Amino acid sequence: MRHIISILLENEAGALSRVSGLFSARGFNIESLTVAQTNDPGLSRMTIVSSGSDRVIEQIVKQLNKLIDVVKVIDLTDQDHVERELMLIKVCVNKKDELEVKQLVDIFSCKIVDVSDRTYTIEIAGKTRKLNAFLNALDFAIVMEVSRTGVTGISRGRTVI
Amino acid sequence: MKLNGAQILINSLESEDVEYVFGYPGGAVLHIYDALETQDAVKHILVRHEQGATHAADGYARTSGKPGVVLVTSGPGITNAVTGIATAHMDSIPMVVISGQVPSPLIGGDAFQEVDAVGITRSCVKHNFLVKDIKDIAETVKRAFHIATTGRPGPVLIDIPKDITIAQMTAEAYPETVDIRSYKPTVKASSRQIKKAAQLIAKSKRPILYSGGGSVIGNASKELREFTRLLNFPITQTLMGLGAYPGTDELSVGMLGMHGNYEANMAMHGSDCVVAIGARFDDRITGNLEKFCPTAKIIHIDIDPSSISKNVVADVPIVGQVGQVLSELIDELKDVKLTDISQWWAQINDWRSVDSLTYKRSEGVIKPQTVIEALYEVTKGEAIVTSDVGQHQMWAAQYYQFDEPRRWINSGGLGTMGFGLPAAMGAKLADPDRDVACVTGEGSIQMMLQELSTMLQYSTPVKIVCLNNGYLGMVRQWQEFFYEKRYAMSYMDALPDFVKLTESYGHVGIRVEKEADLKPALIEAFAQKDKTVFLDILTDPTENVFPMIPAGGGHSDMLLAGRDDMVSKNKTDFNAV
Repeated sequence: MRHIISILLENEAGALSRVSGLFSARGFNIESLTVAQTNDPGLSRMTIVSSGSDRVIEQIVKQLNKLIDVVKVIDLTDQDHVERELMLIKVCVNKKDELEVKQLVDIFSCKIVDVSDRTYTIEIAGKTRKLNAFLNALDFAIVMEVSRTGVTGISRGRTVI
Repeated sequence: MKLNGAQILINSLESEDVEYVFGYPGGAVLHIYDALETQDAVKHILVRHEQGATHAADGYARTSGKPGVVLVTSGPGITNAVTGIATAHMDSIPMVVISGQVPSPLIGGDAFQEVDAVGITRSCVKHNFLVKDIKDIAETVKRAFHIATTGRPGPVLIDIPKDITIAQMTAEAYPETVDIRSYKPTVKASSRQIKKAAQLIAKSKRPILYSGGGSVIGNASKELREFTRLLNFPITQTLMGLGAYPGTDELSVGMLGMHGNYEANMAMHGSDCVVAIGARFDDRITGNLEKFCPTAKIIHIDIDPSSISKNVVADVPIVGQVGQVLSELIDELKDVKLTDISQWWAQINDWRSVDSLTYKRSEGVIKPQTVIEALYEVTKGEAIVTSDVGQHQMWAAQYYQFDEPRRWINSGGLGTMGFGLPAAMGAKLADPDRDVACVTGEGSIQMMLQELSTMLQYSTPVKIVCLNNGYLGMVRQWQEFFYEKRYAMSYMDALPDFVKLTESYGHVGIRVEKEADLKPALIEAFAQKDKTVFLDILTDPTENVFPMIPAGGGHSDMLLAGRDDMVSKNKTDFNAV
């Protein structure tokens, strides 16, 4: 099953490679990984989307906790949470597709952030599923490139990591 | 007063009560060696290879319980040390390794003897540091020792660029305490889990205690003995755990696992309640997980939460210090009426009567098992025994009865050939008054032979018991059983004359070719208190280690000695390790 694991860790050189190294050394899978500094400049927050059986996820959480730089780990999947991913897509638009692309942008409530001769760059944020659906809906157009941030998430209500 | 980084480093080691540093100098650590030279508190042992330094520090740590300290230079210095660091990591041995690094401005530029030490060691240390500022040296050393020795111990690396060791600052007091917000090793176990475990233990009809290296490293031998005797339960110990509970005690059913006793493995297989104490369900213990303890509830006590339910799901997980948890369990159980297990004991004694460690003696050839038995006799079971890796390691574990913890020192997790000799040197430094024997083979010993030179320089008299059968015995054994006797590269031709070799290093060499000479030679060797003696003992090249669970087998699939029919019937699972 897909899990979203949120990690608070010391904002130190090498901390990211400790986490990614752990995943590759132990054969855990990473679907996506995002990391950035938090409001406390000494701390980074990382969100990893992984999948595996409950036992594998339990091991991932335990092994992450064992890393000295890791302050806290939670599995967001266990609780009510908000998750978002941002995607930038560059599509090649010819006269024929232009209208349809614009309609899709409206339907998915996303926006065109850059226009050039025959290209649109579209920004879309939301759940992974929404982003995938948008890409699927665009199948008539020529997608030139895609850049996705990977999922980040936060729990709902007063709960904090 | 102004001090340079190197002096601050050495002062920090002194503040940590470091007795010995095992190391080898080189360009990036010259300032540190200069600082070492001008003081007496921290003694330096100059090894002949950096791997030897790590194993010696490891042997010192396993014997004394104190962290082993290593000092190596950048580049090849630290890469040579990696095998020893990984060895310590797998067996949870406290160690602090200091490696020199090229000067900060040169890092990343492929400078001479530059290697990414932090990157290379990342997966085989508990933690590592790159010191970027002279102001951080003392604090980093404090943190390193704290991390290495608390929770589940392990090696910690401190990589220090050369320019940091020559920079100067005003001396400051060494920090007295350390607080790492992201590192709070769990120590107090949940009392609810302890109660649950106690209930399970009290009603079990076929219980077994399975104790591992955690009982030794966690200094829980006293509590383990009290707990076992209170319950009158059979106890089996892993290769790493031997000695925490006395091997000669009647409640001990011996070692379990791939080369464990028949009664130990059968008891695991038949048990309804396995209490794992500081053990991690390693594949050499469990065999085929699908066949592992089919009828047992598992209680698992370990200080490392990630050990629990990693390989085998625990019914009652208890995270805590082994000794403390056992004390609490003793309190919980001392007034409780336990289930009568006399029938279970009758069954175990029945398995015992199979006497799975018997072996056939034959005329004209020395059996390796006989050597270990003689070693046990001559040292009255009181020596520290280190070993290398292979058949001799298993025989030493099976036939030397360890009654005390920290007497049996071997690389159980990583299985590092070459470990035994430098580890023996470290053990001798930690406990100079005790006899130290290194049980080895002609294969393993040649991987760290150069340390004989160090042992002369620092007068660390060790008795090397080399079971010389001309073969990489464990490889040969697998090839005999599972590869239709195709002995690919397991025979080593052109062996040196170990007696002359040892003599050239300034030690004593004795060659033993006949069983009649075995005991007199051992007695003579141990009588030479201040000499390192190399006993080159020619042993039966065809002997195999039994019992044996073939890869992919379960505890009840043991091959026993003298039962060649079982060997041919049992095929190994080539996909298993």
